[in-house]
Amino acid sequence: MCFYFIGNTPPVSLPLVTENMPSNISIQVSGLARHFGNKTALNDVSFDVAKGELFGFIGPDGAGKTTLFRILTSLLLPDAGSATVEGLDVVKDYKKLREILGYMPGRFSLYQDLSVEENLRFFAGIFRTTPEANYDLVKDIYSQIEPFRKRKAGKLSGGMKQKLALSCALIHKPEVLVLDEPTTGVDAVSRIEFWEMLARLRSSGITIVVSTPYMDEASRCDRVALIQNGGIMSIDTPAAIRKNFGRALWAVKADDAYRLLADLRRFKAGRSAFPFGEYIHLVPDDERLKPAEIESYLQALGHSHISVRQIEPSIEDCFMEMMKDSE
Amino acid sequence: MPIIEVENLVKKFGHFVANDHLTFSVDEGEIYGFLGANGAGKTTAMKILCGLSSPTSGKVKVAGYDVYRQSEMIKKRIGYMSQRFSLFDDLSVWENFQFFGGIYGLTAAQIRQRTTELLGRLGLEGEKKQLLGSLPLGWKQKLAFSVAIIHKPSIVFLDEPTGGVDPITRRQFWEIIYETASQGITVFVTTHYMDEAEYCQRVSIMADGRIVALDTPSNLKAQYQVNNIEEVFLRIARN
Amino acid sequence: MKGFIIKEFYHIFRDVRSMLVLFGMPVIQVLLFGFALSTEVKNAPVAIIDHSNDQVTRAITTKLLSSGFFILSDQVPGEAHMEEVFRHGRVKEIIVFESDFAKKLEKDKQAGIQVIADASDPNTANLLVNYTSGIIYDYQQEYLKGFTIPVTVSAQSQMMYNPDLKSVFMFVPGVITILLMLITAMMTSISIAREKEMGTMEILLVSPMRPIQVIAGKVLPYVVLAFANALTILLLSYFVLGMPVKGSLVLLLAESMLFIIMALSLGIFISTVSKSQQMAMMLSMFALMLPTILLSGFIFPIENMPVPLQVISNVMPPRWFIIIVKSIMIKGLGFQYIWKETLIIAGMALFFIALSIKKFKIRLE
Repeated sequence: MCFYFIGNTPPVSLPLVTENMPSNISIQVSGLARHFGNKTALNDVSFDVAKGELFGFIGPDGAGKTTLFRILTSLLLPDAGSATVEGLDVVKDYKKLREILGYMPGRFSLYQDLSVEENLRFFAGIFRTTPEANYDLVKDIYSQIEPFRKRKAGKLSGGMKQKLALSCALIHKPEVLVLDEPTTGVDAVSRIEFWEMLARLRSSGITIVVSTPYMDEASRCDRVALIQNGGIMSIDTPAAIRKNFGRALWAVKADDAYRLLADLRRFKAGRSAFPFGEYIHLVPDDERLKPAEIESYLQALGHSHISVRQIEPSIEDCFMEMMKDSE
Repeated sequence: MPIIEVENLVKKFGHFVANDHLTFSVDEGEIYGFLGANGAGKTTAMKILCGLSSPTSGKVKVAGYDVYRQSEMIKKRIGYMSQRFSLFDDLSVWENFQFFGGIYGLTAAQIRQRTTELLGRLGLEGEKKQLLGSLPLGWKQKLAFSVAIIHKPSIVFLDEPTGGVDPITRRQFWEIIYETASQGITVFVTTHYMDEAEYCQRVSIMADGRIVALDTPSNLKAQYQVNNIEEVFLRIARN
Repeated sequence: MKGFIIKEFYHIFRDVRSMLVLFGMPVIQVLLFGFALSTEVKNAPVAIIDHSNDQVTRAITTKLLSSGFFILSDQVPGEAHMEEVFRHGRVKEIIVFESDFAKKLEKDKQAGIQVIADASDPNTANLLVNYTSGIIYDYQQEYLKGFTIPVTVSAQSQMMYNPDLKSVFMFVPGVITILLMLITAMMTSISIAREKEMGTMEILLVSPMRPIQVIAGKVLPYVVLAFANALTILLLSYFVLGMPVKGSLVLLLAESMLFIIMALSLGIFISTVSKSQQMAMMLSMFALMLPTILLSGFIFPIENMPVPLQVISNVMPPRWFIIIVKSIMIKGLGFQYIWKETLIIAGMALFFIALSIKKFKIRLE
């Protein structure tokens, strides 16, 4: 898209979510709270999702993602606060809301004893449509599992189940797609393929809200909310979240990783040290810490093949830093 | 000295070959990562190693016992923990330890001593009387792991032990794994987090029932000329 | 809606267990109760102690032994050893004629027969005593033809409608009731609970389908199957066991339909309060099956129950349905005799339908 500024033309704003542009908002949530018994599942959660946005909730199990999604899909009532989806209140307008939602619950909720084809036909049927009517919307995804259309859903691999579940959630052409942990328990390849499908769906204009415990998937979203213990720690674009890390970050490597970790934990100038694959990510207390200081500290302790380099933080680094802050 | 020896392991279900001539060994005290895509045959192989199912053919020895004839002995020498199998939510921490200790034939004194030792390591002595269901997921996973090694097994099998756990707890979990391995307990682990594969001393990657790659993480990265195990995994799975 | 029903049939036809319950059970139950578990007594060993041994006692003895229900045991115990004989189980019943039986009958118009049965098996004992008194009553009628004297032995009402004393006829109504209850209530409650357990209920709720549609879609296949089952049982009992339907077949089927609807609404109610298949199964077993079998009068006569249980049996729907089925099939009675029972079942159906609609959640809580 191009904008031409001639003379005094008022500045054109990008379609950002603002109070004066309600038509652009798909989901609006404010002050949402919910508890089960004496356990707080959600505590004062507020956020907006713009139309056509791919919005991710990133957080571990038990953070409150499923509770939030069940409230958004009108399956649970909030204790406090309000939520609207496409202008429909999740409590009052639940009937209308259910017409426009596509929902994929945490476990792939398919009928194991029905075939691929039969599952799709059934889920189309309960939305009063047929697989043929909206075929082009699911074609991209469904064509990958179509060779197995006679196979029972229970006999599909995790990745194929996931594709079928997504096809079933899409078959009635929903305006908003709510996906609760679609990539949990699925292998790395299927996860990547799944996010590629979501990216293509997003370009068709559908609003997608998705949750995941895998931090590395955050970069696939337009914006993400980092969620922990029923509260949102941060909402922003993945790039902005990384930029706001606000501290230096060092990746350290040496031959004996286990001993290296223990030694870095004892390092006086260190704030935190956590293993990330073959490296250990060290957050120093003082920004001005020099790599040479880390190296000499480790050399004195007899480490070999030491490598220290400054790196950009990942979403996971940010998440852990925020967890530490909130403690 | 290898504690798990697998030679030409084949497991067929009808015409379907779930495990196609697997050959590998795991050394005592090693942390061995067992990777593969969904449906590659990991679960089948793991069941055989735990003595829950018999191979169609091939030689499989676990902790020195033969899986065909001595599966009962194997079960006494291994521990098992998975994301799906958890402890009893309606029992207290202490009662869970007591129950599982009893299953493995520990005496009351042994159970008391091991429980104190394991809870002490987790810093959860104070939660002894709490019902398990009231604890956060991360703690539960750590407790489940402790219960899996309450009888000091030779090998502990971990099936996606960190699924869904928050990033800090996930790392604490791996520190416990390291500590366990340093005491001589072999750790055999599956995971979907590819960064965790790097914490293993050796990893194997399965595809279509076969082991396609087996080496240390750094050798695998060098062999495939990539920066991390995730890329190795993707290379293999996409072929 | 159509797709929903088709899918439900797929579930049923693809599940071996469901198929066994649906189609194996009726056949097995009918045949089991018809043949193997028959409480009909044949050739029960009986000992006779005849203190008079005259023409009357001999005639009665012959009549008893020729009935086919009894065979004479070679044990002729003294009256002092009766208990011992029973304890060894060699004899099920002992009949004692008092001395000078014929003489007394002629002179006093009254003579005594003592009938002692081994009541460790109460059902058999009950039957044997009934047979015996029936046969003696028969003899009395013959013997006293022309005389007018007070009848001293009265026959059981049971025998009026079931003169051959065939127990099959007593069991078929009970079997129909149990099976309809089992198939409809238990199977629907389990199938709805399964959707909850698998997580598919979440998707159904988030769809525009109304709760009533979801319920109807789940339940309709079972109405059809339960009805087919009722027919199967009737056909089996007619052709294999020779059980007649004396009353109106249409009325019988209509009443069965009413009972099916009642059982369905009960099943839906059970599913609304259970979270898993297992729980639905347990609830159906303990809340439905056991009371149906134990408290409905199917196996144990209601009159013989302790009063509290008699009161409880009033709220057992099967109790009323068994009365209806017996009335139509065995007694050949019309609607005017069973409207009260029909009304009770209809009331129960309405109650459970109302309750399940109220209880069925449009959300997950």
